[in-house]
Amino acid sequence: MNAVEAAGVWKFYGDFPALREVSFGAAAGGCLALLGRNGAGKTTLLRILAGLARAGRGQVRLLGGDPRDRETRARVGVLGHGISLYDELSARENLELFARLYGLNDAPRRAAAWLERTGLERVADARVREFSRGMRQRLAVARAFLHEPRVLLLDEPFTSLDDRAVELLQGLLAEAVAAGGAVVLSTHQLREALELATHVVLLVRGRLAHTGERTAAMLEDPGWLYRQYGEG
Amino acid sequence: MMRFLRQSLAVAAKDLRAELRTKEALNSSVAFALVILLLFSFAFEPTEDQTRQIAGGLLWLAFAFAGALILNRSFARELANDCLDALVAAPLSGAALFLGKALANFVLLLAVELIALPVFGVFYGVNWTRQLGPLMLVVVLGTWGMTVVGTLFSALTVNLRMRELMLPMLVYPVMVPALLAAIQLTSPLVMGQPLDGELMVWLRLLAAFDIIFTALTLALVETVLVR
Repeated sequence: MNAVEAAGVWKFYGDFPALREVSFGAAAGGCLALLGRNGAGKTTLLRILAGLARAGRGQVRLLGGDPRDRETRARVGVLGHGISLYDELSARENLELFARLYGLNDAPRRAAAWLERTGLERVADARVREFSRGMRQRLAVARAFLHEPRVLLLDEPFTSLDDRAVELLQGLLAEAVAAGGAVVLSTHQLREALELATHVVLLVRGRLAHTGERTAAMLEDPGWLYRQYGEG
Repeated sequence: MMRFLRQSLAVAAKDLRAELRTKEALNSSVAFALVILLLFSFAFEPTEDQTRQIAGGLLWLAFAFAGALILNRSFARELANDCLDALVAAPLSGAALFLGKALANFVLLLAVELIALPVFGVFYGVNWTRQLGPLMLVVVLGTWGMTVVGTLFSALTVNLRMRELMLPMLVYPVMVPALLAAIQLTSPLVMGQPLDGELMVWLRLLAAFDIIFTALTLALVETVLVR
């Protein structure tokens, strides 16, 4: 059974079909790179997978359950375009809040551990408003990983990260995959994504253009897949 | 159940902490309530008899207008950094999220009202504390009614460009029964009349409004949050 499964997913904004019968699966212990140009439907698809939007038609399953089931959501980590952190709260308060919302009993300990892991322990009690973009992004990564999710859904996770943070995120994702988790990430940074990916899905104007394993040819020439489907 | 309450309280504590640090909604809401009371006092210079007649209406209009500023911020606060997405993606029910938000709004609205009441007493020369217990009961029930309806519509209008306008336009008509009951109860209580007889009918109406709308909003909020 795939950890992430989309079957015939359509999504309409008014009459405009943003997704057209998209079907694919992502296995546990794998990383799926969701590729496509701007407007291809990557964010829409990730939002449906995360249970943040409803599919117009079709079905989505995460870990065999509905994405809106609370049991499913407790095992899914989501990192979207925004950092989803409160500017008025400190880094520690933000992480402790989400630890409590995810029902973790040891919220302060868990928050402290992730602050240390992301190199933010020195600014743990500073308000997020005072953070640089890179620090905010690292804290957002900590929030997404805090509850040790089995499925990670990441939308452009490498945006605004400095080299150190990219390395940190790549390490965390590799660990999650090695531990049997499933990762689905959308990105324009092809090289970083393809280095991690075991599988690739390419969306072209809302349609599934390609799905399959990531090949050595893709690593050598990250733009190759786009050119194959006239998106070069 | 315990998890539901813990999550609701975590959301409420987060909202209150954020608001107390910025005081964005609280300051403007208190100022607005005081300005309404002050302007009415200057504009009409009511006699004691006139005050007896208008006290409930005046107070609840001030509470409702000032409250809209707090209710508008409730879900709008979640738009910055896409925080609402993280809340909806977390394993808390829409009802737990709604209840947490409603509790925070309720505390903030109540704070505004408890500041406005003594100011009302001073401007209008009224000893409003003679039926303090029953008056507080009405204030609590009326405020909760305003909070549940306002919080639901705050979630519904959060993505609208004209939400500051839309929220009061949607909330006030729905709140008419609760406002009417609260006004009918507040005027005599402020003037020292005990809570009995016909007033008990209005009190029951207010309590029924709270129960019905709390149940309705808890049932509907999940649909409002995920589109």
